[in-house]
Amino acid sequence: MINLLYFARLREALQTGSETLDPQSDSTTVATIVDQLRARGGVWQDVFAENQTVLVAVNQEMCDLEAAVKDGDEVAFFPPVTGG
Amino acid sequence: MNQIKIQTEPFDLTAIQEEMRRQNPAIGAVVTFLGQMRDINEGDQVTTMTLEHYPGMTEKALQAIVDEANERWQLLGIRVVHRVGPLQPLDPIVLVAVASAHRGEAFQACEFIIDYLKTRAPFWKKEQTPEGERWVDARHTDEQAEQRWKRAGS
Repeated sequence: MINLLYFARLREALQTGSETLDPQSDSTTVATIVDQLRARGGVWQDVFAENQTVLVAVNQEMCDLEAAVKDGDEVAFFPPVTGG
Repeated sequence: MNQIKIQTEPFDLTAIQEEMRRQNPAIGAVVTFLGQMRDINEGDQVTTMTLEHYPGMTEKALQAIVDEANERWQLLGIRVVHRVGPLQPLDPIVLVAVASAHRGEAFQACEFIIDYLKTRAPFWKKEQTPEGERWVDARHTDEQAEQRWKRAGS
């Protein structure tokens, strides 16, 4: 299982902060997870639309869509950061 | 010595500076940046701001920024304190303090750390205005500030 986390604007739009997801295959990437989430339609499709800037971290390191994801990983999605 | 703290309670700028400057007689300069909550943003009154973060990743991201600053400059100590939770205008939000033998390193490293924090540390601000709540959008000028350091290289 993969642990998914959502923060800030995304968490509110999706009305959840976390969930677990069954990876579709052993060689999953962030991109395939995003496709899986988009396929849910509705607000999921809107939040992960091509024109939306969503940042991603795998095991708490920022990465891009090509990053590999394996069983037990923590994948977090969030909007551009605004701290400081 | 370096120290990173994420906390809900306020921090005491003077106490942190004092503790820092006294730890090593080789320190000749302490530069601090204090970010505080404004009562106005994008022309609208802001009554409260709530800061959210990603526990675990936030500390790691800040540590990576502090490590990079230590690689780029000769420094004698770094403190980063960032608050989360609800804040009121005038409340301190973030403190970056850097100690070095001479002022140049401390000035540059302090600006580098806050610039990178703005674009790389997972914090998000939500403002409460008389018209309701809204998430603060990332600023293009913050990206430009980060790019400047990338061009400067290591």
